[in-house]
Amino acid sequence: MRIERVNDFVVRFANVNGSGSASANNLFAKVVYRLGVPVSPKNIFPSNIQGLPTWYEVRISEKGYQGRRGGVDFTIAVNGHTMKQDYEMLMPGGYFLYDSTRPLPDNFQRTDVTVIGVPLTQLCNDEFSDPRLRQLLKNIIYIGALASLLDIGLEPVVESITKQFSKKPKLAEPNIRALELGFNYAQANHQDMCGLSIRRSDAVGNRILIDGNSGAALGALYAGATVVGWYPITPSTSVVEAFERFAGRYRIDPETGKKLYAVIQSEDELAAIGIAIGGGWNGARSFTATSGPGVSLMNEFLGLAYFAEIPVVLINVQRSGPSTGMPTRTQQSDLLSCAYLSHGDTRNVILIPSDPYECFQMTADAFDLADRLQTPVIVLSDLDIGMNDHLCQPFDWDDTRTYDRGKVLNTDELDTISQKWGRYLDIDKDGICYRTLPGTHPEKGAYVTRGTSHNEFAAYTEESAAYERGMKRLLVKWETARHLVPEPEIIIKDEKAPMGVLFFGSSTYAAHEALERLEENGLTLNSMRIRSFPFQKEVFEFIDQHEIVFAIEQNRDSQMKILLAGECDISPGKLLPVTNFNGLPITATMIINQIHTALLARGRTNLTTAVQREAIS
Amino acid sequence: MSVAKPGFRHPEAQKNKLGHTRKAYEGAISTLCAGCGHDSISSAIVTAFFEMSIEPHRVAKLSGIGCSSKTPAYFLGRSHGFNSVHGRMPSVATGANMANRDLVYLGVSGDGDTASIGMGQFTHVVRRNLNMIYVVMNNGCYGLTKGQDSATADKGSKSKKGAPVSLESIDLCEMAIQLGAGFVARGFSGDKKQLVPMLKAAIAHKGLAFVDVISPCVTFNNVPTSTKSYSWVRDHMEATQSFDFIPLMQEITTEYPHGTATPVALHDGSIINLYKREDKEIISSRRQAIAALEETKEDEQILTGILYLDPDSQDTHEILGTTDTPLNTFGEKELCPGNDVLQAYNDSLR
Repeated sequence: MRIERVNDFVVRFANVNGSGSASANNLFAKVVYRLGVPVSPKNIFPSNIQGLPTWYEVRISEKGYQGRRGGVDFTIAVNGHTMKQDYEMLMPGGYFLYDSTRPLPDNFQRTDVTVIGVPLTQLCNDEFSDPRLRQLLKNIIYIGALASLLDIGLEPVVESITKQFSKKPKLAEPNIRALELGFNYAQANHQDMCGLSIRRSDAVGNRILIDGNSGAALGALYAGATVVGWYPITPSTSVVEAFERFAGRYRIDPETGKKLYAVIQSEDELAAIGIAIGGGWNGARSFTATSGPGVSLMNEFLGLAYFAEIPVVLINVQRSGPSTGMPTRTQQSDLLSCAYLSHGDTRNVILIPSDPYECFQMTADAFDLADRLQTPVIVLSDLDIGMNDHLCQPFDWDDTRTYDRGKVLNTDELDTISQKWGRYLDIDKDGICYRTLPGTHPEKGAYVTRGTSHNEFAAYTEESAAYERGMKRLLVKWETARHLVPEPEIIIKDEKAPMGVLFFGSSTYAAHEALERLEENGLTLNSMRIRSFPFQKEVFEFIDQHEIVFAIEQNRDSQMKILLAGECDISPGKLLPVTNFNGLPITATMIINQIHTALLARGRTNLTTAVQREAIS
Repeated sequence: MSVAKPGFRHPEAQKNKLGHTRKAYEGAISTLCAGCGHDSISSAIVTAFFEMSIEPHRVAKLSGIGCSSKTPAYFLGRSHGFNSVHGRMPSVATGANMANRDLVYLGVSGDGDTASIGMGQFTHVVRRNLNMIYVVMNNGCYGLTKGQDSATADKGSKSKKGAPVSLESIDLCEMAIQLGAGFVARGFSGDKKQLVPMLKAAIAHKGLAFVDVISPCVTFNNVPTSTKSYSWVRDHMEATQSFDFIPLMQEITTEYPHGTATPVALHDGSIINLYKREDKEIISSRRQAIAALEETKEDEQILTGILYLDPDSQDTHEILGTTDTPLNTFGEKELCPGNDVLQAYNDSLR
């Protein structure tokens, strides 16, 4: 028995880190994408530059499922160290492509998989003499073999290579040669060996294939960010690197060649957020990007920005914690820490994107919100959205959009206001006060910004009543924020359905797939994708409306469940946890199985037959 | 609590070129201990900015946490201030400076704030050569937490608590020279005659101007056995050189004989006149400047004055290549590439 499928399978490349495999593997995903077939590649990589195993898992799904599926149908095994492991995890009926320059060891004895040998090293060494080139082109040879085995044909791959090297056509030549070597070998030796194939489709539509960190960087660029403080940390590094790349292209004064932005790689995350806060205080749109350990370091400063009311944007690309944790694995485990980041009574506005398009859009919106609310705004992304390519709607920008710089008084306004100005005077009763920027007016509007308690006129005070007034006003502002942040995306399939699910961020892909599969099997669940904190009343209403709501999230402790329980009066037990925290993206199967188990445990067998079937299948 | 000063001033009080009296440069009444060295430094800051005729609102004053970091409330009341978190003034100053390069940035810190918790930020803001004046009010102890030794307290020195300091002290000036500050000076809060021109030269310098001012803590560290006490510093102070600071366009008046000066031009056209010829070599050489500090220390003296000067060092904006216009003045017109660019980018991904 062998797996026979069209446009619906998982290919996994097992490589050695630092061997140049990334560009070959990306090429494969790009070719599939350009054939119009939805594709979802995931890098499963070590915290290492060279030598450790790394995998690139590509899910191909005509239906457009972009979550990790779990299980592998086709393995390209080019890492000797993990070869046995890669072999064992292959699905029954799957395909195993290896470098047959050396024979397979004797203990590779599965009878339920198809083994495909391609002498990659030999083909490569016979053709190319440059040792550096050999290493890179060996990877292209297996792409060539795949082009044959998966019925892609040579042409679409050649096209992609030509596009990739359009500026250096000389480099395209050996790549195309390597591609042909692999293709021809597979044509000659493995005709009809493989039951998996990719067929041109129009399922991609006009969507683009991009990573979320690039989206966030573009969002910051379009929103007019000019001051960036940062410290390199996986998986957020590429946010600022992409920002610098885009800014280097689109933010240079054509007359002088000088930059309309300042990016400072600082000594640590403490300084990174300090720089962003200093910039925000002084009227420039400023941000930093970091991950869990960096967020911990920024804790103190975030409290200052909350209390002194300084706009700043923090992009947190989450990874697996605690501590150094698994730095190159994904998780949604900073939700609670970000919500109440810093000592004392603090609460922070959080935006939660679920794909690269939202990374773009929400990052851009974050700057408007930070300026409007004069407070830190956290964009809570994660490694999966941030570093992996995803299909998403194309980026767009409304050219009539203007930046909302919030309540900032200019020289004329300072001259004309009738009453005495106070930095923390809530004139409009929305909890947001008028601020001034340094250097604005010779006589008016100067004040000392401070983290110590202050009265309405920014003067230092330890008077309890003034302190309490300030803290209560910040809650008024919090209510204003509640109306400004993005609403949840609620899908009510059945008004009377007793059960719903809620999820957020990168769990969305797998959640949608699970819901669809459950519905196909007769179990309809309403759903809510939470997109921000503070929660709106719709969030509470959705939970109220159902007997049970499954909270799908990628952390151990069900942090969204805890946050919801704390923020609204939910009877305990109404929210049931569905979690995955193994560092790999959650799958639809995990969700279905956990819903199934939970329902069984609650004796809801009448509801579980469909789920059962699905779980078993 | 901050207390406003009485508004009355002599009607014929001296005015600077902008027509301001000294009052325009003052702040609230200090709440520090009577006799605190920091108050003398605040006063020197007021005088320096007044005499330099700098618009007070074009100055941003930033500080960390501690007695020293409270002082921005006591000078330049028409300037925006930022009393940030402990040891982190340099990063906030960096961000602020990136946002608007046209203001004068005055950072005020203490020895605890800079030499301990803020050591990382201090070293890196110096490396960046941020265009700012970085003043450390250095009293060798933690005042607000009642007199613990700080990292600049000299080994063997005894504060009011009586136990000699057992660890080596950190010389911030030596570090600043080593890290590439273009202007490094050490003053004494009790010597305004030296401190005021020193601050004025620091203001005129482009790039990071580091000024370490020994500033006795009258409450916890002013006993004769302390090397940061008034009496000790007075007895052991040795000026590197005599110098005048002559701001751009100002008439040259000097207390020293004509013809003996070596002028050093600053970026803005101001001039520092040095009155010992050999000092020119010393202060323009990192190696000699550090050697001079170490040699004086061996003699149990404290070297004061301008210790190192490189008037041509590049500041952060020049290093980064940022535009001359302050970044905080741009809007969507200059900053947003627009939808066409975005669509072309989408296409490039297809």
